[in-house]
Amino acid sequence: MRFDLSDDQRAVRDAIDELCRARWDPAAMRRRVAGEDDGSQLWRELAGAGWTGAAVDQSHGGQGLGTVELALVCEGLGKALAPGTFFGNAAAAVLVQSAGDEQQRQRWLPGFAAGAMRGAIAMVQPDGSALALDADGAAAVVLVGPGHATIAAADSCSFESLDGIDVTRRLTRVHAAQAEPLPGDCGPALDRLEVAIGAELVGVAQRALDLAVEHARTRQQFGRPIGAYQAVSHRCADMLLDVESARSAVLCAAWTADHDAAVLPFASSVAKIAAAQGAWRVTGSSLQVHGGIGFTWEHDCHLLLRRAAASGRLLGGVDSHLDRISELRGLGPRSTTVSA
Amino acid sequence: MDLSLSPAELQFRDEVRAWLSEHHPGPEPQRTEEIVDFRLRWQRTLFDGGYVGIAWPRQHGGRGATLMEQAIFNEEMVRAKAPPPANIIGLVMGGPVIIAHGSDEQRARFLAPILNGDEVWCQGFSEPNAGSDLAAVTTRAEPVDGGWKVNGQKVWTSFAHRATWCMLLARTGDQERHRNLTYFICNMKQPGVEVRPLRQATGDSEFNEIFFNDATVADEDRVGAVGDGWNVAITTLMFERAGLSAASALAIQMELDELAALIRERGRQEDPVLRRRLSALIVDTETMRLNGYRGLSRVIERGVPGPEGSLAKIQWADINQRLGELALDVLGADGLAADSVWTRRMLRARANSIEGGTSEIQRNIIAERVLDLPRMR
Repeated sequence: MRFDLSDDQRAVRDAIDELCRARWDPAAMRRRVAGEDDGSQLWRELAGAGWTGAAVDQSHGGQGLGTVELALVCEGLGKALAPGTFFGNAAAAVLVQSAGDEQQRQRWLPGFAAGAMRGAIAMVQPDGSALALDADGAAAVVLVGPGHATIAAADSCSFESLDGIDVTRRLTRVHAAQAEPLPGDCGPALDRLEVAIGAELVGVAQRALDLAVEHARTRQQFGRPIGAYQAVSHRCADMLLDVESARSAVLCAAWTADHDAAVLPFASSVAKIAAAQGAWRVTGSSLQVHGGIGFTWEHDCHLLLRRAAASGRLLGGVDSHLDRISELRGLGPRSTTVSA
Repeated sequence: MDLSLSPAELQFRDEVRAWLSEHHPGPEPQRTEEIVDFRLRWQRTLFDGGYVGIAWPRQHGGRGATLMEQAIFNEEMVRAKAPPPANIIGLVMGGPVIIAHGSDEQRARFLAPILNGDEVWCQGFSEPNAGSDLAAVTTRAEPVDGGWKVNGQKVWTSFAHRATWCMLLARTGDQERHRNLTYFICNMKQPGVEVRPLRQATGDSEFNEIFFNDATVADEDRVGAVGDGWNVAITTLMFERAGLSAASALAIQMELDELAALIRERGRQEDPVLRRRLSALIVDTETMRLNGYRGLSRVIERGVPGPEGSLAKIQWADINQRLGELALDVLGADGLAADSVWTRRMLRARANSIEGGTSEIQRNIIAERVLDLPRMR
């Protein structure tokens, strides 16, 4: 057993960090928030470097990388608050690959992999409409409802732009007139996507922690750095615990997705809960450590907090995953049919 | 990254599992005094089977296995509900410190009886006025002909009444803090050492106070240089924390399974609040286990435990305390009976955030040594 990244996996992580430093620095992210950058340049960079095919198998034109590698890409992009285009495309690809039929795979996957036709996902709401992140410019939308998924070509959908809580991404309401079902079981694909969302949240939380620690080292009050006060330093220690716990859970679930299908439901629920709760606490704590400056529009604290709030609620929320874990342990309304 | 056991690790696990099912000593006796003798016999059985000092080097009498195999062994012990060996303090802290900092003579003298259980060890660090502020110890060792004369008081020492040797941290000079402490191995079987049991909040007496009244220590029983005791002691504590996580998490998982069974037994398996509280504990226990394995992989790469063990220590204490509270809420009025196993666990867990370094001290360590925040002092 070796619970540590391999050299190849470290290279993936470093390459994404490098790409974000060069192409999605805080200034670029701010242009996006101001509506002055549609993210298409970053998308072309990701496609050019082959990352858009990370989650697509080689027989359909992708790289066929593992879920750990997919998670590392998502973590790096989360740290930089990059747009949701990469995740949306990877999510559509994972769902089509895992739950689609061969005709659907051949129609969509090569385009998703090359970045030429972008995929996006939308969450079906109780009223039948669906909410999507960064779906503008996509070629296809996979609509995820409870226990089923459908796919629709974007030119058959109507999109209505909404103001979202996460101002680093575009929120739209999608109406799909001609969606066709993905016939297979989408459960395992959704579990992998929860892991990918968890990884993005680990990146968000890590960035929030880094900012807080830097501020606590340098900000002086009462004649000393505020990080010398335990009310601040202990909060930072708790943030590290949340970040590392979420990272451990996400990496384990990512590995499990490729090696131990039977345990994936448990592992992915643990990862999503640890990442969603952890990122929410850590981004909130980071804002608190920054004090007044952290509550200004110009500071990134609120952007991280907004991303944590939004991504933590993508697909399954924390409560639904807590319920699933207790059902896996034989507790709950369906407990009579589940063995302990 | 590979979270599966290697063929060699699997084989080792299966060997341990088979050996434990054959040699398991059965349930522990009820009376405290009988427990030590029971665990001493058990340690001898483990020793004869080659299952003591798993990751100690062969030249020091260990099995020479990897730290991962040590962790696998610890987990199998928990899974089999086997009691720990009697001399756990010597095995986890005393021996590794002698291997790391001791002389060849000390290794030859002390390591073998630690392994076979002939000599039990205890830890003399904390004092009534030196708890979290460990460097404030006032127990003094003064040089006398051929050795040292010790006066002072230690507290919170497990096994002191049965110990032959005490890891003793004592003040040996008037230099600045952290530079005036020395680490000794003090013989407990001498007239100048008195042990009194300390009754704790649970009503049990797991711990003792030790009074040193002109006790003597030979100079050859000093570990490390005079004045270097702080560094030696810190190694001890990091070994203590590094050894904790993965197997402790498994032990908690097993208690959570018991608690899930209790919830079903009480017909409350559909109570959404209880279910979510239990699930939250399951999640935190799982991340503690995984943090433990990630930390272990890092220790294997670097050779020595790092300050990350503090993360697991905080999680362990927090989870145990919440587990005890949840169990009592499930039991309702039955939880008021003091002889319930859950009630005892709930009370005992209150010490978890104090013993082995309080949760506040662990947060100081993380802040200063992992996050590199400015020191508060």
